[in-house]
Parts: sequence; C-alpha cells; structure tokens
Amino acid sequence: MKPYVKFGLLTAVIIGTLAWLAVGGISETKSYYKEVAELKKMGDDVYTKRLRVAGDVAEGSVQRSGSEVRFLLKQNDLTIPVLYDSMDPLPDTFKGGAQAVAHGKMGRDGVFHANKIDAKCASKYEAKPGQKYQPPGQTAPPASDTKASF
Amino acid sequence: MENLGALSLILAFCFSIYAIFGSVVGKWKQRPFLVKSAERAVIAQWALQTLASGFLVYALMTHDFRLSYVASHVNTAMPTLYKFTAWWGGQEGSLLLWSWILSCYSALVVWQNRKKFREMMPWVTATLMVTQAFFLLLIVYPLSPFEVLAVGKEIRAVPDGNGLNPLLQYWSMAIHPPTLYLGYVGFIVPFAFAMGSLITKQPGDAWIHTTRRWTLVTWLFQSMGILLGAGWAYAVLGWGGYWGWDPVENASLLPWITATAFLHSVMMQEKKGMMKVWNMVLVSATFFLCIFGTFLTRSGVVSSVHAFAQSPIGPYFATFLSIHIAATTWLILDRLGYLKSEAHLESVLSRESSFLFNNLILLASCFSILWGTMFPVISEAVTGEKISVDAPFFNRVNVPIGLFLLLLTGVGPLIAWRRSSFESLKKAFLWPTVGGVVLTGVLFGFGIRHFYALMSFALCAFVLITIAMEFVKGARAIASKTGQNLILAMVELTHRNTRRYGGYIVHVAIVMMFIGFTGAAFNKERTIEVGMGDKFTLGRYELKVASIEEGQNPNYSWGHAVVEVYQGGKMIDTLTPEQRLYSAGQGQQSSVVDIRRRLHEDLYLNFAGMQNGKAIIQAYIFPLVGWIWLGFAALIFGTLVCLVPSKIRYEFAKTKVMGVAPGVSQPKAVTGD
Repeated sequence: MKPYVKFGLLTAVIIGTLAWLAVGGISETKSYYKEVAELKKMGDDVYTKRLRVAGDVAEGSVQRSGSEVRFLLKQNDLTIPVLYDSMDPLPDTFKGGAQAVAHGKMGRDGVFHANKIDAKCASKYEAKPGQKYQPPGQTAPPASDTKASF
Repeated sequence: MENLGALSLILAFCFSIYAIFGSVVGKWKQRPFLVKSAERAVIAQWALQTLASGFLVYALMTHDFRLSYVASHVNTAMPTLYKFTAWWGGQEGSLLLWSWILSCYSALVVWQNRKKFREMMPWVTATLMVTQAFFLLLIVYPLSPFEVLAVGKEIRAVPDGNGLNPLLQYWSMAIHPPTLYLGYVGFIVPFAFAMGSLITKQPGDAWIHTTRRWTLVTWLFQSMGILLGAGWAYAVLGWGGYWGWDPVENASLLPWITATAFLHSVMMQEKKGMMKVWNMVLVSATFFLCIFGTFLTRSGVVSSVHAFAQSPIGPYFATFLSIHIAATTWLILDRLGYLKSEAHLESVLSRESSFLFNNLILLASCFSILWGTMFPVISEAVTGEKISVDAPFFNRVNVPIGLFLLLLTGVGPLIAWRRSSFESLKKAFLWPTVGGVVLTGVLFGFGIRHFYALMSFALCAFVLITIAMEFVKGARAIASKTGQNLILAMVELTHRNTRRYGGYIVHVAIVMMFIGFTGAAFNKERTIEVGMGDKFTLGRYELKVASIEEGQNPNYSWGHAVVEVYQGGKMIDTLTPEQRLYSAGQGQQSSVVDIRRRLHEDLYLNFAGMQNGKAIIQAYIFPLVGWIWLGFAALIFGTLVCLVPSKIRYEFAKTKVMGVAPGVSQPKAVTGD
C-alpha cells in the first residue's frame, strides 16, 4: 500500500496549496452585489467593501471627457453618481437607459469609482419572463445621449 | 406553417416518449419488434425535428414577422447569412438547435449500431431519448420558437423585426454556438453507452471501445467551440481579451476539463484495466456539466455579460439534473462489483501516477471554476448576500494549475508504466531540463522578471524538447531500418501509432497556446484623444490618425478612423478601426476593432468615438497572442491525426508489462518486479 500512501500525501499537499490559493483569492477579490437602493442603506460599510452596483444608466446623464466617463446610476428615484476611469472601453451596450453593473468602490466624496462596467439592453433582444416582444413604436424612443453620431 | 412546425415538435416529443418505453419494455419483456419500433421512432423524431427546424429557418429567411422569434431576431436589412444564423441567435431557436443536434446524433447511433450491441442498445436508446424528450418538452411548451404575435385573437405581423444583436453578426460568432453544441450534445453518446453497459452489467470496456471516436470528435468540437468564442471575444468585444472568466465562458470550460480528464484516464482503463469507476464518474460528470452549462447559459441564474434572457426554464433543468444525478449515482454504486480494478498502483514514479495527477489537477481546476462561478448563488444561500469573485480569483488558482499540467504534459508520456527509476528519468529529462533552464537564463538576461512568465516559458521549452526527442528517437529507429529520411520516417512513425503521436501534436498545440497566454504578462495599452494628423507612440509604433471616413449601408451606418502605422519613420500599415450604428431596433452601437496580427505581437486599435473634433483611440499591444490561434490550428490537426486508424494495431495484453511492444518507442520499460 506504500505507493498509495505516498500518492495520498502528494495529493494532500497539492489540494492544500490550491485551497490556500483559493481562499486567499476569494477574500481578496470578493465583491458584494448591491442594487442602488441597498447601497444607500449600507452605512459606513459602503466605503470599505468592493462592490458591484446594479441599476439603470439615467437617460441624458452620460458625460465624457477624455477617458473619464461620468454618469448616474438609478433605481426608481434613487441615484448614485459614478465615475468610470479605466483603460478598457465601455461595452457597446452602455448607453442611457441600459441596465448596468458598475464594479468598484464607493469614494468618501459620494462618487462611486468604477473600474469596470457591464451593460446590457436586455429588453431589446430578449423579453423578460412574462413580458413579450413589443413591436417597435411602442417601446422607449431611441436614446440619444451617447456617442451616436454616425 | 408555424402550426406545422409546432405540430412536428409535439409529434417528435410523443415519438421520443414512445422510444423510451418501447425500448425498455421491449428489452424487459424480450419483444424484439418493440425494440425495433423504438429505434424507428428515434429516426422518425429526427425527421420531424429536421422538418420543424426547416420551417423555422424558412420563416427567418422570408421575414415572417408574425412569429415572435422572427420579429425579435431578424430584420429585412440583415445579410442572408445572419438571417440563417439567427436560428441560434436567441433562446428558443438555440434550444431547438440543441435538440435537433441531439436527434441527429441519436439517429446516427441507432443506425450505426442497428446490428451491434443488441443487449445494450435498448438502454442506450432509452438514455438518449430521456434527454431528447426533456429538450423537446422545453421547446414544445415554455419556449416555443413558433409562437405568433397576437393582439387579442388576431395574429398580427410587425412591419420590421429587431434584427440580430450586432455583436453576433461576426463570422466566428455565427459558427461558435453550433460548434459548441456539437461538442456538448455529443458527449451524451459516451454517457448513454456507459449507462447501457452499467445497466446490462457488461464487463468494463465495450462502451469505451465503441465510444472512443465519439469522445475524440466531440472533444474536438468542444475545443473548437471554446476557442472560436475566445477568438470572437478578442476581435469583437473591443478590449482585446479572449477570456474573462465570465460565468458563461466558465460553463463552456467545465465539461471540457472533465472531458479532457476522461480522454486521459480512459487510457488507464484500456491498457491496465484500472480506474473503471472513475471513468464512469468522469463521463457522467461531463454529461451533467454539459447540461448544467446549458442551464447556466439559458436560465440567467448567474448574471453574465452574455446577456441571455432570464427565463422560466430554471426549475425544469434543476429537476432534470437532480433526477439524473441521483439515478446515475445509484447505478454506479449498485454496480461497483462489476467495475473492479485489474491492477494496482505500484509506484508514485509511474505513468499510472502521472495520469492520476493529471486527473486530480484537472478536477481541482474544474471544481475551483465551478465554485467561483456559483459563488454568488452559494453565498446568497448561506449569508443572504450576493458575493462575486473576479478574474483574479480564477487566475490565482488556475495559473499554477495550468503550469503544473504543462509540466505533466512533458513528464507523463515519458515515464514508464508500472514504475520508473530515477536513472531512467535522468536520462529522459536531462536535455529538456537543460533547455528550460537555459531559456529562463536568457530571458532573465533580457530583463524579464515576471515569475509565472519565466516559469511558463521554461516549461514550454521543456515540453517541446521532450516531444521533439520522442519524434526523433522513433523516426531514427524507423529510418535506420527502412532508409527513409527523417521527415518521412516521422510521418511513418505517426501513421503507425496515430493516437500516440497525434496526442503529442495536441500537446504541442497546448504548448503553443500557453506561449500565447503567457504573452499577456507583457501587454501594453494606451487611450488617447488625437486630432487629425497628430502622432502618438505606443511601444515601437508611431500612430497617426490621418482622417475619419463615414458611410452607410442598409444594415448599419459606419465611421472609421484611418490610422497610419509607422515604425522607424517608415509607414508599415494602415488600420481602420470602425464604429457602427445598426439601423435596427433602437440604434445599437457596435465597435469593430482593427488588428495588425503578427506572431510576435498584435497591434490592436479600437475607435471609441469623437470628442471635440478629436478621435478617441484605444491602442493596445498584445505580445504573442497569435500563438493561441496557431495552437488552435495545431490542435485540430493533432486531433484529426488521432482519428486516423493506426497502420499497425497493437494488441495490449492487460496487466502485462507495457511499453515493450515492438515498434512502440517507449523509454525502456523497467521489467520484472
């Protein structure tokens, strides 16, 4: 049985190392998913945790200067100002009215500093459950606050 | 028409249910005609699904905007090719494609084995049809692709449809889903044969021999699907990444990992009669992960940039999966007696043990990815808070795993079966180790300090040298006998044992991809606003935005920046990154990057729009990334080589000493105990 013991020991070492890496990885990169309203209720915790904030990009709020993009993330009538400043381009789906998730940290200045943005216009491609495709004309008018100039 | 389509699907569903009962009852009551009729039902439901798919494609091509699916995914301005690919552009259609591919496979299996495996086949048919019935149920009831738009009781067409998501209007995205599906759906066949052999208590290997080719072909499709997706992300999403550890990407990787583990551990069963239970577990796990991946992608349970719909199919999948897992677990446990190992592990330094480590590591990687992907769901269930982990988590665990696997790729094939001595190892690995160390020294001398990158390059050199030595050694032996030159001898060598040498080619392909992955440690990037005629530098390139051009076609209007690329004062290229505004729907925007692809580095430009008369250009340099796509080609080639029948058939006597069969250029096996 000796080879099995050796094999078992090596296995334990490998699994142990990986588990150690995984635990470290989780505590370093974990981020909390919050909706705008939940974020508002977080208190002081909000400044220390890595967060993902979900909401809608407020129509007409997107301002660009250089690689910086500022916009408001809103849920019903609550809004949070977001500053995105990163090398990576925003996704093409990002525009006023889109559903977006901003990854980053809340600054003491009350502005959410995002380093990554996910966005989707879910309503357009796929109907949500219980909500069917609406013929064009009945949907919201095209958003025009982004770089749509061509 | 849509009624005929829907009706064929309902009939196909009935036939698949009949096929389940026909084969089970026929087998049980020993009624061959029932079994036969069940097999015919399989063919019939395939024909019906083909018909239904034909109806859907016809509706898409002819803009039948009365259909909700057509109106959501096609418009009149789209190129014809993408009208066809809109078949899998949305939820309902892609489920139909999934189901149709499964029916093709099932029909093929039934036809191929119409005279073989009479004992096992009814169970194989039944297993296939259970999954088939499940998917047909999904597209018959909750997600029918043939739903019409109606106001009250009146069917009403819309004047024009929404069009296909512009991100999907790209060649590799057009073929990525079907390729992936061919891979994932295909894995049900080995699973069905495994179940068939378990149920009929057939001793070990029949199912492995019959499904060897299936496994390889489906594995090839899985690999192709994943890499096509990666290539698409790289060329279309605009940030130059090919892998972001997104839930949907992970979902596609998970079954690939277990399938890869299976491809390796199956050799242990064929040659040594070991790991029979393990192989059952792996083949089942792969199948479940394929279904689970479909579930993850299609149900929106973990939110993803892939932006598939939230949908009501979650509970269906959960039920299907839990019943399957429970049944399979029970079956394997109940049949443990038939899955006894015929040999034992004799030494930690042996081929057997390298296979075990390969499997262990692959499974650890699979588990970590699964854990990371499901973390938001798990944490919400446990703590009530949705906590996600990011790419750094996955990299932290999987980069070391990848490097260890790379090491095994070099070491494994050269270690003898049963046991190996340090002496023989020293002989086999002296030059590869020297090669790796020298390369590390040279790279270090050039100022590269990135630890993982150095290690990865060293291992790549190590593995390449071991494989080259294997080819040269075998080819020399042949050349000295036949007098052929070394190149011809290598071809001959490969032809004599295609699985072995084809496998080596796949290993080379993996090394090439690792070279490409490692390049990411040296990426450079820059975002800049430039006026017309202004120059800026990135790396060794000087870039000048010469002009902006605009234009329009029925599908979209576009504007692109004409960027001239200079190196050492000389103009070497012109790139035209583009922005498109699709006319359909609400005016979806899409960027089309332009890439100067070279083997040592890619220059990658994204045109992010205009600001105060200046162009915003995002410029990246991605060193070595081209090797990934080159490795992709090598992987296809190597797998195809594996599929060519070997010129010489080796009969492996089980549990006897391996590696001394004539013509097999194994390192000298240590014989005798």
